[in-house]
Amino acid sequence: MAVIRDSIPEFELFQPASIDDALALKRRYGKTSWAFAGGLDSLDWFKDRIKRPDVVIDLSAVEAMRGIRDVDDGIEMGAMTTLTEVAEHAGILARFGLLADAASKVATPQIRNQGTIGGNVTQDTRCWYYRGGWPCYRAGGNICYADTPTSINREHALFEANRCVAVNPSDTAPALVALDAKFVIMGGSGEKVVDAEDYFITPATDIMRMTILEPGELLTSIRIPGTWAGARFYFEKVRDRQAWDFPLVNIASAMKVYGDTIEDVRLVVNAVGPRPLRLTDVERSLKGQSVTADVGKAAGELALLGARPLQHNAYKMPLMRNLVKRAIAGAGA
Amino acid sequence: MAEGKLFGTDYIPPDLVAKVTGKARYAEDFRAEGMLFTKLLLSQMPHARVRNIDYREALAMEGVMGIITADDLPETDNLVGSDRALTMEPMYQGEPILAVAAVDEAIAAAAIEKIKVDYEPLPFVIDPLDSLRPGGPSARVGGNTVVDRKEVVEIKWTAQDFEDAGDAMPMGQPEVEWEVGDVAQGLEEADLVLDETLYHQSQTHHPLETRSCMAYWQNDKLYIHPSTQSTQRTAGAVARGVGIDPTQVVLVAEYCGGGFGSKIGGTVNMPIAALLSKKTGRPVMHRVSREEENAYGRARPGFQGRVKIGFKSDGRITAIDLYLIQDNGGYGRSGDFTSASRCASLNYTPLNMRFRGISVLTNTPTRAAQRAPGGVQITAMLEPVIDNAAKELGLDQIEIRKINAPDNDTTYGSNEHHVTSAYVREALDKAAEVSNWAELKAQSGQTNGSKVTGVGIGLSSYVAGSRGFDGLMVIRTDGKLYVHQGVGNLGTHSVFGTARVACDHLGISWENTEVVWGNTSKHLPHSAVQAGSQTTHAHTRANLAAAIDMEKKLKEVAARTLGGSADSYVVAGERVYRRGNRGSGLSLAQAAEKAIELGGKFDGHEAPEDINDWTKGAVAGLAGQGLVGVAKDNYGGEGDLWSFVVGVAKVEVDRETGAVELQHYTAVADTGTVMNPRGLAAQIHGGGVQGFGLARSQKWVYDPKWGVPFTQRLYTAKPPSILDVPLDMRAGTADLPDPQNPVGSKGIGEAPFGAGVAAVLCAIQDAIGEFELKRSPMTTDLILNQLEGAPQPITVLATDV
Repeated sequence: MAVIRDSIPEFELFQPASIDDALALKRRYGKTSWAFAGGLDSLDWFKDRIKRPDVVIDLSAVEAMRGIRDVDDGIEMGAMTTLTEVAEHAGILARFGLLADAASKVATPQIRNQGTIGGNVTQDTRCWYYRGGWPCYRAGGNICYADTPTSINREHALFEANRCVAVNPSDTAPALVALDAKFVIMGGSGEKVVDAEDYFITPATDIMRMTILEPGELLTSIRIPGTWAGARFYFEKVRDRQAWDFPLVNIASAMKVYGDTIEDVRLVVNAVGPRPLRLTDVERSLKGQSVTADVGKAAGELALLGARPLQHNAYKMPLMRNLVKRAIAGAGA
Repeated sequence: MAEGKLFGTDYIPPDLVAKVTGKARYAEDFRAEGMLFTKLLLSQMPHARVRNIDYREALAMEGVMGIITADDLPETDNLVGSDRALTMEPMYQGEPILAVAAVDEAIAAAAIEKIKVDYEPLPFVIDPLDSLRPGGPSARVGGNTVVDRKEVVEIKWTAQDFEDAGDAMPMGQPEVEWEVGDVAQGLEEADLVLDETLYHQSQTHHPLETRSCMAYWQNDKLYIHPSTQSTQRTAGAVARGVGIDPTQVVLVAEYCGGGFGSKIGGTVNMPIAALLSKKTGRPVMHRVSREEENAYGRARPGFQGRVKIGFKSDGRITAIDLYLIQDNGGYGRSGDFTSASRCASLNYTPLNMRFRGISVLTNTPTRAAQRAPGGVQITAMLEPVIDNAAKELGLDQIEIRKINAPDNDTTYGSNEHHVTSAYVREALDKAAEVSNWAELKAQSGQTNGSKVTGVGIGLSSYVAGSRGFDGLMVIRTDGKLYVHQGVGNLGTHSVFGTARVACDHLGISWENTEVVWGNTSKHLPHSAVQAGSQTTHAHTRANLAAAIDMEKKLKEVAARTLGGSADSYVVAGERVYRRGNRGSGLSLAQAAEKAIELGGKFDGHEAPEDINDWTKGAVAGLAGQGLVGVAKDNYGGEGDLWSFVVGVAKVEVDRETGAVELQHYTAVADTGTVMNPRGLAAQIHGGGVQGFGLARSQKWVYDPKWGVPFTQRLYTAKPPSILDVPLDMRAGTADLPDPQNPVGSKGIGEAPFGAGVAAVLCAIQDAIGEFELKRSPMTTDLILNQLEGAPQPITVLATDV
């Protein structure tokens, strides 16, 4: 069969208006169906005729999956809330500025107007071998084309590679993990709520998926508890150009500081592994320490333990080390 | 000539409203009754012979109306010199093999998937140096270089050549070589000699509008809507590609969404829609996708290079010894590397120079001119080296360029040609003034937390004009001046700007002037291609010549109508009248009516002998419609036309992340008399912005093992975004007329690009210290590795990463 790209094949389109209807469609069509949020990831796959669902379930008409509301001492965002809405929401800006900052760094204004928070955290990896339709592990094959002596893997993983060396490219995912967000998943057995950290998986769990989401399930909303509201936040994204670019590395942190002492901290780095990498050892080492450049530097060194660079991506190590330092002590410290 | 009325002032171009309201129709906006759509089958292999194609199942599909292959193209005995629309021996992954026409694109794409192609894989090569190694693969059956655009020759260097070079670029047998003066002697006399190995990547053009094309036939005439830079000159390319006479072509292309040299005479795929239309008897639309644009859309050749430059202690360059290996793609030899040698010779006027070069075939997309072909590469490669010498010799970056700068007496290149003008020192001084260089320079090396400031200069040159084309205009009985323009509307607006020369000469207002363009059925004159920065120079001259002819005829018409000698009449205020008696004369409308009565040369029933045959046809087509002014640019001239741009950049590099923020950019041009100040600023800034991409983020990447590209999408290729452009952008000009153009102007399309790349690279180097890897783009990872003292993942000569 000859290959052709950049031309979307036919599919059947459903536009349910409720979560129940959407789930019913997922049940009816199973693996041949595709949940469609903002479409920024999906349409690339469809255009290249690599992912070819028979049925597309467009979630844009599901009102219950839109909008941002206050709950308990935190907030809840429908998964279909756009990244622009997240970045500009007064309550998020006031209390969870980390997430607004991360969302505002995604791609471009046009993409943020269309892209959703649910889609941004659930998006597939951008490994260009995999996205190019190469029959790799992640595509169901038995080789990783990005991890050979001649591979071009500047954007690939330092950590948690397991046959596949692709990375999670999301900007909002590390911010949500740092904020200890809870992801609400609806499926055949009703609602389940998981920690943001547990939503993301590595190839050791399932090499063909980036999240725990099962074919019959939908991510319907994301809740951010009040735990980290108003903490000292830091988000930085390093990229090749300042718009329409995925991170080379990004970092999100939330710190509770009393006087000069770190009481508690959550540090998450993305684009260095298959899931947002929470630096729990570093977090532990920081508790009780003071906020200084030296502490930041030591934290940065510790963060690199276990990193395994590929041919082209060793620069991510000093980059990550320095970003960890800046997350603790601030840029320019 | 009436001085300074329209020429040299800003104006609203006549296509502006259509463009900003979306009403402008580009190639893929056209529709025709019964129109089909085509999709192409592209080679999945970097080099192969197609043994067999089985498309029976595709052709049998409902809605599929026709298929063409290379067998349907006009015959050729030269498959080497240039590529064709379809091939049976793809030279790169993505080269088109077959086209399907169907009632819609979904069916055409589905049909492609039903086709079985039997490929015989052939050896392929991506890196020219791999091909030059003893026993290395050749991109073509029979060799790795093309001579005279038709003969394939194999050149392999010796193991000794590679061994001798160590980590530097090996320099075996060249294909091209010239020397002026004595380079060995020049290096001997130098106080400082730098010997550097350098690299500049290949790069796709990335026009916003892809090269879509729609075509249909009527009464044995081909009506075609391509995406093309030129107009009149594209018709011939269409005719050749389809195998018909140019008089059978009606080409309509009023707008072009960017070409940058990749659509000069149209595009390689134009015959596909035309031939499928002929085969199916229905109009055919070929919408080209972004991935396809990156396959058969042309690219700038990359260079691996080595240079030895000798400097006296005062900065004067005694010798340049330059060797370039050109990454040529799979077809006829690109001129970039020889152009690059001329730019190096002209920019630095070395007392002695040797150039050696070889253009090596690779299994990558077909190369073509890209905005300052050769000039951008060599400027990006050499300018940071000049800065290093300045630092070593304790000289200011502007001073070292001034001491080596060309002027009106300079000769350059292998043939020691003259230039018509070169006001480079003036442009450097102006750039220092506009950018406030002294203040910028004082900021060099200053730190702000983890950030450090760097400043840089980029001096760039490129050819800027041609001569001898025709101007054609008509005053119709409505009293308006119609300036017929055969050049294209590429967005530079020279198609409109050069018409204003005629308005000024004849004293006719812009409101009473219509520019006729973009449609070969509208009687367009023989024109320069919309490329090579030719049109401003060529068509200010041609339109002045035609306007002078028009003025002469207006006076003759008046004399014949009202008596007296032609010399006793003047043309002014949109009338022709007896000197000193405005009441005794004719309006333009009356003059047009009289011209039609008089016939002959006045209304186009006769044409001058010396104009091009194409223009004669256009004049004949206009005969009887008004007073015709037509003439060839016979102003002549000696020497080559060149423009120059000086770029000044200031960056802040974050030493902890390798991130670069471009904070200031000034571009100052030596481009003769300014035609359109706003257009000029757009050109020199726009070219600069393209340069920022090549300096920092924009990439062309191939997997070396499989020979397939990764940067076929804008988000992976990473041309610069608006957020990579500084808010502080300034423009200026030397504003000195070229002495050989009666209007004083030179072109300016190309030189701005190299200035942008070089200024940014030099500024980054100023901030972080001499580049370990003298290559571009200087991406975040390479900068950070250098700052960290960490090993680089690639060598300086690594291609396509």
